[in-house]
Amino acid sequence: MVIVSALFVQAFQMSLVVLLAPLLTGIVRLFKARLLRRRGPSLIQPYRDLVRLLRKEAVVAENASWLFRAAPYLIFAATWVAAAIIPTFATGLLFSWTADLIAIIALLGSARFFLALAGMDVGTSFGGIGSSREMMIATLAEPSMLLIIFTLALVAGSTQLSAIAVFMTSSQVGLRVSLAIALIALVMVAIAENARIPVDNPATHLELTMVHEAMVLEYSGRHLAMIELAASLKLLLYISLIACLFVPWKLVAFGSGPLAYLIGLFAYLAKLAAGGALLALFETATAKMRVFRVPEFLGAALMLGLLAALLRFVSRGL
Amino acid sequence: MIGSVFDIAHMLAGGLVLVSMMMLYQDRLYALLNVFALHSLVLTLSVAWQALIQDAPHLFVTAAIALVFKTIIIPVVLHRMIRQLGIHREIETVVGVGPTMLVGLGLVALATVVMLRVTSSADPIAREDLAFALSVLLLGLLIMVTRRNAVSQVVGFMTLENGLVLAATGAKGMPLVVEISVAFSILIAFIVIGVFLFRIRERFDTVDVRALDDFKGRRRK
Repeated sequence: MVIVSALFVQAFQMSLVVLLAPLLTGIVRLFKARLLRRRGPSLIQPYRDLVRLLRKEAVVAENASWLFRAAPYLIFAATWVAAAIIPTFATGLLFSWTADLIAIIALLGSARFFLALAGMDVGTSFGGIGSSREMMIATLAEPSMLLIIFTLALVAGSTQLSAIAVFMTSSQVGLRVSLAIALIALVMVAIAENARIPVDNPATHLELTMVHEAMVLEYSGRHLAMIELAASLKLLLYISLIACLFVPWKLVAFGSGPLAYLIGLFAYLAKLAAGGALLALFETATAKMRVFRVPEFLGAALMLGLLAALLRFVSRGL
Repeated sequence: MIGSVFDIAHMLAGGLVLVSMMMLYQDRLYALLNVFALHSLVLTLSVAWQALIQDAPHLFVTAAIALVFKTIIIPVVLHRMIRQLGIHREIETVVGVGPTMLVGLGLVALATVVMLRVTSSADPIAREDLAFALSVLLLGLLIMVTRRNAVSQVVGFMTLENGLVLAATGAKGMPLVVEISVAFSILIAFIVIGVFLFRIRERFDTVDVRALDDFKGRRRK
C-alpha cells in the first residue's frame, strides 16, 4: 500500500511538471506584455499553440536523416526526466535518490547535444550557426553550473537534491556569502541556458542574433511541439531548481499526508509565479547583448562559481 | 544569536567583495559609478552592523560619513564630471574583462590565504573581516591598474579606501579621530584629483592617462 501511494505521488509530480510548463511560459509572456503595456495573450495560449502544432502536418526536409526525426522526442524525454526528479512540492519521493545534481546536468547536456546535432542535420546555414553558438554558450555554462554544484555539495555534504533541500531548511545553514554568490551565478547560468534576453531572445527570428531559434528553424508540426514543450520544461526545471535549493520553504517531506502536500503544492505554485514575474521584470529591464559579449557574461558566472567555492573553504577554515 | 551575528557580518563583508568583483565586470563609466555607489552602501551597512555588535556608537559616525559622502555626494559629483567632460560613452579597459576577473579571483584567494594564516588567534568575525578587507583593497588596486580612464582610476582609489574602512571597523578600538581624518583626507584627495582631471583635459583634450605617458616622452609602441 505504501509503495502504491509512493508511486502515485511520484507519478503526480511527473505529470505536474509537464502540465505546468506551458502555463509558466504563459505567465512569463503575460507579465512581460503587461510590463510593456500590451494586453498580451491569455495564460493558456501556450497550450493552444501546442495542440495546434500537434494537429498540423510535420514537414521534414528532403535530406533529413532519422536523427532529425528522433531528436525532438529524445530532447523532450531527457528534459522531462530531469524536470520530474527535482523536488517541487515534496522531498524524499520514491525516485528522489536519482535526483543527483550531476545527473540532471548530464541529462540536460545530452538534450543539448541532440538539439545541436539536429540543428546541423539538414545542413542549412542557420542551423549550423545556431548549433555552433549554442555549443559556445554550453562550454561556458556547464562548467559554471558544475562549480555551483560543487559549492552546494561542499555546504550540504551531498549532491542529491532532496538531501540538499532538507539541509537548507534545517537550522544548520546560516546566511553564507558563498551561497549568495552561488545563487547569482546560478541565475546567470539559468538565463543563458534558457535562451532568455540578455543572451538570446526567445521571441524573435532575427538572423543575426538568434541561437536557440536558429537550431529549431527547420522543425514543424509535432516535432516543433515536442521542442517547444521541452523548452518550457527547461525553464520550469531551472526555476524549480532555484526554488528548491535557495527558497526551500514549505517543501514538505514525503508521507506527511494530503493536506501537507496541498500546502506544498500551493507554495510551489506561488514560487513558480514569483520566479516567472521576476524573469519577466528582468527581461523587460535589460537589453540583449551582442553574441560576442556572451562569453564575458558566462565567464563572470564561472568566476562567481569559483569565488563561491573559494569563499566556502575560507569560511570553513574559521 | 551568536550564529546570526556572525552570519550578517559575514554576509555584508562578503557582499563587499562581490560588489568589487561586479566593478571589475563593468566597462561603462556610468555603470561603474552606480556599482561604486552600491559598494559604498554595502560598506555603510557593514560598518553600521559592526557598530551594533561591538557596541561602539562612534562607528555610526563612520557609517554616516560613508553614506553621505561616498554613497551620495561622490557618485553624484563624478556623474556630473563625466557629463561635463563628455566621456560618458567611452569604454576603456587595458585588459579584457575575463583576464581581469581571473586576476581578481587570484587576488581574493591570496588575500584570504594570507590573512587567515596571519591572524589565527583573533576572533572569527575580525579575522574574516580583515581577509575580506584585504581582498577589497587589492581589487581596488586592480581597478586602478586595469583602467586607462582617469575617472575610473579615481573610482578604483575610492574602492581601495572602502576596503581600508572595512578593515578599520573590523578591528576593535580604532579611535574616531583617525577615521575622521582618513575620511577627510580622502575627500581632499578627491577634490585635488577632480581639479587635476580638468587640468589634464584642458591641456591634452582627453582624460586618457596614456596622454601623460606621451607627454613624458615614453611613447608606447
